[in-house]
Amino acid sequence: MSRPPVRTDVWARLRQATDARIGLGRSGEALPTRPMLDLQYAHALARDAVHTPLAVEAVAGALATLPTIVVESLAGGAYLTRPDLGRRLALGDSDRLKPSDADLALVLGDGLSAGAVAESGPVLVRALIGRLPGWTPAPIVIARQARVALGDEIGGRLGVQVVVMLIGERPGLSAPASLGAYITWNPAVGRLDSERNCVSNIRPGGLSIDEAAGRIAWLVDAARRLRLTGVGLKEAYPSDETIRLEVRPSG
Amino acid sequence: MFTTTLSHTRYAFDDLKAVMAAASPDRSGDRLAGVAAGSAAERVAARYVLADLPLATFLSELVIPYEADEVSRLIIDGHDAAAFAPIAHMTVGAWRDWLLSEAADARALAALAPGVTPEMAAAVCKLMRNQDLVAVARKCRVVTGFRNTIGLEGRLSVRLQPNHPTDSPAGIAASILDGLLYGCGDAVIGINPASDNVDSTVQLLRLVDELRLTHSIPTQSCVLTHITNALAAIEAGAPLDLIFQSVAGSEAANRSFGIDLALLKEGQEAALSLGRHTVGRNVTYFETGQGSALSADAAFGVDQQTLEARAYAVARRFDPLLVNSVVGFIGPEYLFDGKQILRAGLEDHFCGKLLGLPMGLDICYTNHAEADQDDMDTLLSMATLAGVSFIMGVPGGDDIMLHYQSTSFHDAAYARALMGLRPAPEFERWLIELGIFDGEGRLSPAALTGESRRLLDHATALL
Repeated sequence: MSRPPVRTDVWARLRQATDARIGLGRSGEALPTRPMLDLQYAHALARDAVHTPLAVEAVAGALATLPTIVVESLAGGAYLTRPDLGRRLALGDSDRLKPSDADLALVLGDGLSAGAVAESGPVLVRALIGRLPGWTPAPIVIARQARVALGDEIGGRLGVQVVVMLIGERPGLSAPASLGAYITWNPAVGRLDSERNCVSNIRPGGLSIDEAAGRIAWLVDAARRLRLTGVGLKEAYPSDETIRLEVRPSG
Repeated sequence: MFTTTLSHTRYAFDDLKAVMAAASPDRSGDRLAGVAAGSAAERVAARYVLADLPLATFLSELVIPYEADEVSRLIIDGHDAAAFAPIAHMTVGAWRDWLLSEAADARALAALAPGVTPEMAAAVCKLMRNQDLVAVARKCRVVTGFRNTIGLEGRLSVRLQPNHPTDSPAGIAASILDGLLYGCGDAVIGINPASDNVDSTVQLLRLVDELRLTHSIPTQSCVLTHITNALAAIEAGAPLDLIFQSVAGSEAANRSFGIDLALLKEGQEAALSLGRHTVGRNVTYFETGQGSALSADAAFGVDQQTLEARAYAVARRFDPLLVNSVVGFIGPEYLFDGKQILRAGLEDHFCGKLLGLPMGLDICYTNHAEADQDDMDTLLSMATLAGVSFIMGVPGGDDIMLHYQSTSFHDAAYARALMGLRPAPEFERWLIELGIFDGEGRLSPAALTGESRRLLDHATALL
């Protein structure tokens, strides 16, 4: 049976405090039909987000005048089960990345949510470049089947000081299209997760593009100043800004 | 070197850990580690080898060397030879037969537990079918206590998990309230904080403790933060009930979590010194999960199920109130789909119970795993049959902070109704007093009145 209607207004108020699925009522012990289907629909959207391929042309088009290079990892069709292959460039692609006078690499990786990259990636890249006047970015790298650490090889090949990997995060039901940014000083194959900083939950309804660009740019500048990223940089970050600044396993 | 010949084909395994890995049911994490059997036939060949192996082998041959690993030393130095004596003469295969026999009743299994090492449990687990894992686990009885009693016959407890992406007090209180009204929260009211620091740990502990005291709720609370944060919160005077920590099956993996056995001991002693427990002295809560050691690059060629069982040796050392395998959280590179998650959940519960732990399961999946609610229903039903000590209760099954799906308050009610199981007795009495449960252990159909109505007011006052 459903909860008595007399309490509806209370639950409506409580629901304003959280997106959690509270006050759903019950049919016997089970979820009533409507909230059961609501959960299935949210899961379906998240599943589709995982399996939708990156719209490379659309992303490159949205970057307009910025030069781009499209690469792919070694993962092929085994992206979900072989994170190790998602951290290395496909044969052939590695030779296309060459050192130049650039000192900063910006990478858009599909990760687990290509939709997040398409939605927020290009605009975040533009916002970042605007906030990093002291830097010379390499052509924007668009990477398919990418894990976070793929940025290490990309940055190493490009010979830059810092790589920023902007990658689709593991989708949640309330956030199927969220970007994470991983900042790594002196990128090279074999960097540890503890050697990078992360700004996560970049999405509409989460961390805004403007806020995210500000935090990432602060980290990029600080990396050059301290000549490091990761745990050592986390400790130097202004204390009131720690909430979304993390060092964490990146997959 | 271990060998066997089947149908004129010779199968050879370099060492004990190679036999163990090859014998393990197929899963993506062992393939990723490069330790899985090369063929289906080789997997069964490894099981034949394992079946003929004396249990005593596991006391002399270690999967991670004694000198190199404090978890190995804990396992060997803590082994109870007297408890082991009744099975000391058995092979792994013979032990499986004994475990399934009537001789292995609750009393015999409880007496045996200190004599069982994780590797023995993992080995026999690999010879067990899913139904064997259920049949043996349900005979094990592990009872623990803090402010209520977990693990009694005919009981199923629930961790209420009221997470919120910004740690909003009102949002968390609203989810706690909803869960209590479904009879959840007797295992623990346990919050995963979004902000993993000391200040927010203290604030969240105060929030839940005030709710508990105001409404006289016979349960315990926990903020699942790093043990060093918990110790700092104790220093700051926070009302901390349980010390939480994620643990793994190798010293190196634990070090990647920023812990060792000495730190865990310090945490246990600090929580005990607060004297907040009333019915029992179990003040720790551990979480584990297959694949955690490999993801920390600390697996040393050992298969993930064996490493998981070794994590239970770490937990066992510190008399936990609750041990929770977060089975589907790690993702498809370790457990690919619903079938692998189901198997791993039953394995973890079985091994934990055999080792004498109050074992619960976070029956869950991520959105990039090949799994859905139907798979969780299957594991939930089988885990309930297996006598799981506790499960998670998440509003609608959707954790809006950790971004994965677990079991819901409704699922908990389903599981209890399925087998006629009740909450922890102290907590059940409170539920009946408030009119949330009827006297038959079922959710009451009546509208809320009196004290339970005041619960609602408590949450709305925080808005």
